Amino acid sequence: MTEPSTSPPRVALLVTCLVDLVRPSVGFAAVKLLEEAGCVVEVPLQSCCGQPAYNSGERDKARQVAMTMLDAFEGYDHVVAPSGSCAGMVIKHYPDLFEGTPDAARAQDLADRTFELTRYLVEQCGVTDIASKLDSTITYHDSCSCLREAGTREQPRQLLGSVDGLTLTEARDREVCCGFGGTFAAKYPAISTAMATDKADRMEETGAQIAVAADMGCLLNIAGILKRRGSKMQVRHVAEILAGDAKTPAIGEGKT
Amino acid sequence: MTVHNLTSRNFREKSTSALEDAVLQGNLVKLKDNFLARRTKAKASLPEFDDLRDASVVIKKHTIAHLDLYLEAFEASVKASGGQVHWARDDTEARAIVLEICKAENAKTVTKGKTMVGEEIGINPFLEAHGMTPIETDLGEYIIQLADEPPSHIIAPAIHKNRQQVAELFNEHHPHLEPRDADDVDGMLADARTVLREEFLKADVGITGANFLIAETGQTVIVTNEGNGDLTQLLPRVHIALAGIEKVVPTLEDTMTIMRVLARSATGQEMSSYTTFSAGGRRKGDLDGPEAFHVVLLDNGRSKLLGTPTEDILRCIRCGCCLNACPVYGKIGGHAYGSTYSGPVGAILTPSLAGLSEAHHLPQASSLCGRCEEVCPMRIPIPKMLRHFREEEVASGMAPASARRGIALWAWFASRPGLYRTMTSLTTGVLSRFGRKRGRFSSLPMAGAWTSTRDLASPQGRSFQSQWAKRPKS
Repeated sequence: MTEPSTSPPRVALLVTCLVDLVRPSVGFAAVKLLEEAGCVVEVPLQSCCGQPAYNSGERDKARQVAMTMLDAFEGYDHVVAPSGSCAGMVIKHYPDLFEGTPDAARAQDLADRTFELTRYLVEQCGVTDIASKLDSTITYHDSCSCLREAGTREQPRQLLGSVDGLTLTEARDREVCCGFGGTFAAKYPAISTAMATDKADRMEETGAQIAVAADMGCLLNIAGILKRRGSKMQVRHVAEILAGDAKTPAIGEGKT
Repeated sequence: MTVHNLTSRNFREKSTSALEDAVLQGNLVKLKDNFLARRTKAKASLPEFDDLRDASVVIKKHTIAHLDLYLEAFEASVKASGGQVHWARDDTEARAIVLEICKAENAKTVTKGKTMVGEEIGINPFLEAHGMTPIETDLGEYIIQLADEPPSHIIAPAIHKNRQQVAELFNEHHPHLEPRDADDVDGMLADARTVLREEFLKADVGITGANFLIAETGQTVIVTNEGNGDLTQLLPRVHIALAGIEKVVPTLEDTMTIMRVLARSATGQEMSSYTTFSAGGRRKGDLDGPEAFHVVLLDNGRSKLLGTPTEDILRCIRCGCCLNACPVYGKIGGHAYGSTYSGPVGAILTPSLAGLSEAHHLPQASSLCGRCEEVCPMRIPIPKMLRHFREEEVASGMAPASARRGIALWAWFASRPGLYRTMTSLTTGVLSRFGRKRGRFSSLPMAGAWTSTRDLASPQGRSFQSQWAKRPKS
């Protein structure tokens, strides 16, 4: 896919709602990583990928919102999201959402140009070594969408493995859902909480200092449980770890 | 057309009490180690596993596209080997057919092999109401029959019970036998064998399910690990096989292909202990076997799925793998679903067969994690079908108005990115002012579903997009 081209790829950042609203530091970390990998990064005006409507059975509304994304990301070489969920929505579900509409070809084109951040860095930019340092033990949660929609599994581990001083301790059930599931967490909070509690238990029992994932949805959910029970375990997005941002307070933690 | 004893409308209450049931929570942990881990191992040791899945999908897709043809071919083959085929449009017809056969035999005791279709049509209470005694002979089914409960798992009906609970049941129902300690698993097995042996010998009719109906040969096939299904269908005078119409496959060779993924997906075995083919009744010169062989083909809503977005669920071979992989099933168990079919496949089958209004919770109560589709030997796109039902709920006006209004308002803003950026910037600015110091909220208006059990991280400050727009340009 990487054409022997002299000009660096023009990459649009798909910020994602949760990064935009809750944790802009992830967006800045993603920009830093992409720029260091040689990309020219832009952030076109955007809103949401439409997933909340798509998963709520509101196909028309989802398409209406997704249409703004087709427009926003027109013309970029690649579109990169610090999230398997939002990237997966575009990659896997846009072709379905726009099937049989006049925009089907545009949707497929956007899907073909869209990537989850860590996969993009490894597979498109050829990044193997991250020049960053963090003396810490982390454990990594695979988001469902990274695994099953965005094709991300080993890439973040590969990148994390190159961070100086970092040790990755794998958790049991690391490929099992954390129970977030977007509106699922609000519609069936008891089941969602039970799943999230299991996930937090599995991550904590590794003894790692930081729980890491590539999706803010999972991270908010896991942090929500850990912070409620007063756990000392930090929760951070993989982009922040890779970009060497250990100063920003971890998710759900205040300024100390 | 219905599914027997359907209580899926009470999903919320039932799932909540399942989560609070400490014993059940302990029992559900077995699932992971017993089934899914073994399936993973079995898959890893068979390099062509995924190719076999693809081949199986092709077989089933082809069969479903020509279902009428293969069902009629099956009927002709059964007749040719001396058996009879009965067509049941729904559960009522199926029960009536079984009753008629049993009555003609003047049956008193009816032994049963494991059959989910039997559960679907509620055959046990029906036979009891007509003065007969149905006896479940699959050990798991026997346990839940004693407990008067429905199965909680497609292949492991008593997975929700531990050995302590089983010992209590046995001691209560086997007063003529020695009391058993919970650790005495062999003793309990011996007791079940003792009790069931008598029933096998006095049974007038034996009812089994069928994993496959082979059009080419007219055989029904059962796949078991105890052999009790064999005794059920061999010893009585009459054998009735109950099967959904989707169980038909064209040839014996097709059966062999699918069988290679069935046991591996279900229990992680290469093959189950017993695989038994039934063709017709006892022929001249046969040493054993039933005198008469009946197959009851149940539609009960299946044929109306043809040509619809949920048609692919007819490929299901009932291996139970999606239940084992499902994190929701793993937390609430099978009974919470309130249907014969639980877990991911149940969340599709139940509304498909009984109507969405009877089971609207089931397609909603999923995080859409996709693990079911990942492990399904038949590659059934379950998450896609769950979304289909969500769309149907909206289209039919069943979706809660408040949720719809929320989505509509959000979509209105989100389709106007400029306005959206302004609004989100303002909102995050305000929220972060309150939450930034501590970094999180323990409660927040309108977010109770989240904050009653989880903290909610506070926005760091203004939104990324507004910060980006104002960043110093280099």
